Amino acid sequence: MSELIGINTRTGRPVQELAVISGKGGTGKTSIVASFAILSQNSVVADCDVDAADLHLVLDPRILRRNEFMGGKRARIRPGHCTACGKCEELCRFDAIFFDGPGNGIVEKTFRVDPAVCEGCGVCAWFCAEDVIEFGPVVNGEWFQSETRCGPMVHARLGIAEENSGKLVSTVRTSAKRIAEERELDLVIIDGSPGIGCPVIASVTGATLVLAVTEPTLSGLHDLERVAELTRHFGIPTLVCVNKWDLNPEVCERIEARARERGLGLAGRVRYDHAFAEAQIRGKAVVEYGQDGCAADLRAVWATVEAHLNGSARPAGEES
Amino acid sequence: MRIAIASGKGGTGKTTVATNLAWVAARNGHSVAYLDCDVEEPNGHLFLKPEIASSRLIGRLHPAVDEEKCTHCGLCGEICQFSAIVCVGEKVLVYPELCHACGGCLLVCGSAAIREVLRESGKLEIGQAGPVRFVHGVLRIGEAMSTHLIRQVKQAAPEADLVIIDSPPGTSCPVIESVRGADFVLLVTEPTPFGLNDLKLAVEMVRAMKLPVGVVINRAGSGDHQTSAYCHTQGIDILSEIPDDRRVAEAYSRGVLASEAMPKIGARFESLLRRLMGEALSPAGRREVSA
Repeated sequence: MSELIGINTRTGRPVQELAVISGKGGTGKTSIVASFAILSQNSVVADCDVDAADLHLVLDPRILRRNEFMGGKRARIRPGHCTACGKCEELCRFDAIFFDGPGNGIVEKTFRVDPAVCEGCGVCAWFCAEDVIEFGPVVNGEWFQSETRCGPMVHARLGIAEENSGKLVSTVRTSAKRIAEERELDLVIIDGSPGIGCPVIASVTGATLVLAVTEPTLSGLHDLERVAELTRHFGIPTLVCVNKWDLNPEVCERIEARARERGLGLAGRVRYDHAFAEAQIRGKAVVEYGQDGCAADLRAVWATVEAHLNGSARPAGEES
Repeated sequence: MRIAIASGKGGTGKTTVATNLAWVAARNGHSVAYLDCDVEEPNGHLFLKPEIASSRLIGRLHPAVDEEKCTHCGLCGEICQFSAIVCVGEKVLVYPELCHACGGCLLVCGSAAIREVLRESGKLEIGQAGPVRFVHGVLRIGEAMSTHLIRQVKQAAPEADLVIIDSPPGTSCPVIESVRGADFVLLVTEPTPFGLNDLKLAVEMVRAMKLPVGVVINRAGSGDHQTSAYCHTQGIDILSEIPDDRRVAEAYSRGVLASEAMPKIGARFESLLRRLMGEALSPAGRREVSA
C-alpha cells in the first residue's frame, strides 16, 4: 500500500475529490450526489453534511463499521470538592459556567459547566485552585464505513447540539480517501453542507473540483456569490449547476452570466420536475427512477463534471 | 416575545416564513424586529429590502506575541486546545483563524508577551424595512466560526413586541446560538424523507434545549404524509401548512414576499401569527379556550 494517502495504487494517480456544495440549502445537492454515485462506476461517497445527513436515505448503506467520534474536550466540575471560589466563572469567556450546582459539606451551592455551551478551551480547569475540574475528551458523534449498491460510503452523525463538525468532516473525508486508495477507486464524491462556515471549509479545502448547486432565485444568486468567493479564496476550480432552472429563466441566465464573469465553469441546468422529489420518496436516485426529464439533465451534468475531472474539458473558467 | 425560525434541512423555507411573518405582524400593528442570524448566507434583506442606517465591522480577538518579551516557555501552546498558538523552538506561531478567543494563552503567559488584537470577521447592519426593524450579520468569507457574530446580531435586537430570529440550517453550534433564549421555536420542514429526517434531528435539538416547539409544513402536498404522522405521534402542533404552489416559488425567486403577492398566502401567515401568539404566551390557556 502506498505511504501517501490518496494515491490510487493501480493507476498511480492521486484520488480525486469532487465536493458538491451549495451555499443556500435545499437546492438539491444530496439528490445530485446520489445520482452521481450511481452514474460513476468507480467512486467512494462521503456524506460530509454531518449535522443533517440525508444521503443514507437514498443510498441505503449497510454499515460495516461504526466508529466513535471524539472531536473535542469538555470541562466538568466535581461538585463534591468545589469551594465556590468563582474563578472559573470569572475566566470563562463563553458564559458556560453557572452558579447552580449542588451543595457539599463546604458550600451550599457549587459552580456547574453547561456542556452545551462549553467551548472546550480548558481555561477553567487549568486555573482551578482546588484542581476539581475534569477536562477530557468526549464522544460527540459517530461515523460509519458502509457499503451501498453503488460502492463504498462513509457517513456520520454529529451528536445533537454538538460542535466540531469541521473535524468530523475531515475524519469522514480522510477515511473515504483511504478506502478509495485501498479499493483502487479514482474518485471521492463529497456531499457538503450548506453555508460557508467551518464544515463547508473542511469539505472543500484541497478538493480537486467543486460543483456549486444553486437555484434561479435572488437568494440562490446571492449565496452563489459568497460560495464562489470562498472557493476562490481556497483556489479550487469550481463549476456551477442551476437546479430548477426554468422556475425563473431570467435569474438563471443572470446566475450563469455572473458565474462566467467570475471565471467559474458551467456544468449545466436541471429542470424543475416532480420526479426529483418522487425519486427521494421512493428511496431512489433520480437517475434510477427515470430516464428523461430531470434525470436526462442530471446525466448531462455528470458528463460535464466527469470531463472536467478527466481533464478532457478546458479548465473551469476558460470556457469562453 | 422572541420566536426563532429554524430547520434541520436547508432550503425548507425558513426565510420565507420569517420574512412573511414579520411583514404580516407589522401590518397588523405589532412592533416587530427581524434578526437574520444566518450570517453565512443571509437572505432576509432580499425580501424585506431594508434601508440600512448603520453598518459596523465586527472583530474577533486573537493573540499577538511580543518576541522581545517571549521566553519561549511553551505554556501558551500547551493550554491552547485549538492549535491556534504553537511554540516551535525560538519562535511562536499564531493561526488566527483557528483561535476561539478563550484568552488562555494570555492568562498563562508569565512574561506578559501576549496581547490580544482584533481582526475583522464580518459586519453588523441595522436598518428599517418599512415598519419592521431589521438587523443582520454578514460573515467575512473564509471565516470558519460564526457564533460570535450571531451573538452580536442578537445583542443588537431593538425593542419590539415580537422579535423574529431567522436561524441558519442544521443542528450544530450556529443554530444553538441563534435559538438560545427564544420563547418559542418554529421548525419549518417539507413533507419529504429528507425533510422529515432533518426535522427529527431539529426536534431532538430543541428538546435538549428545553424550548417549546411547533412545526410549519412548507410545500404541503408535494410529498408524503409521514411528516404529519410523525408530528402527531410526537405531540407537536403543526401550526401552518403552506401549499406547494409554483407561484409561491416564483415570487420567492424574484425576491417578492408571497404574502404581498398572494392574499391567500397572506391569510395563512395571519392565522399562523395568531396561533403563535396564543401558543407562546400561554399554551395551557390556549388549550382550555379551544376545548
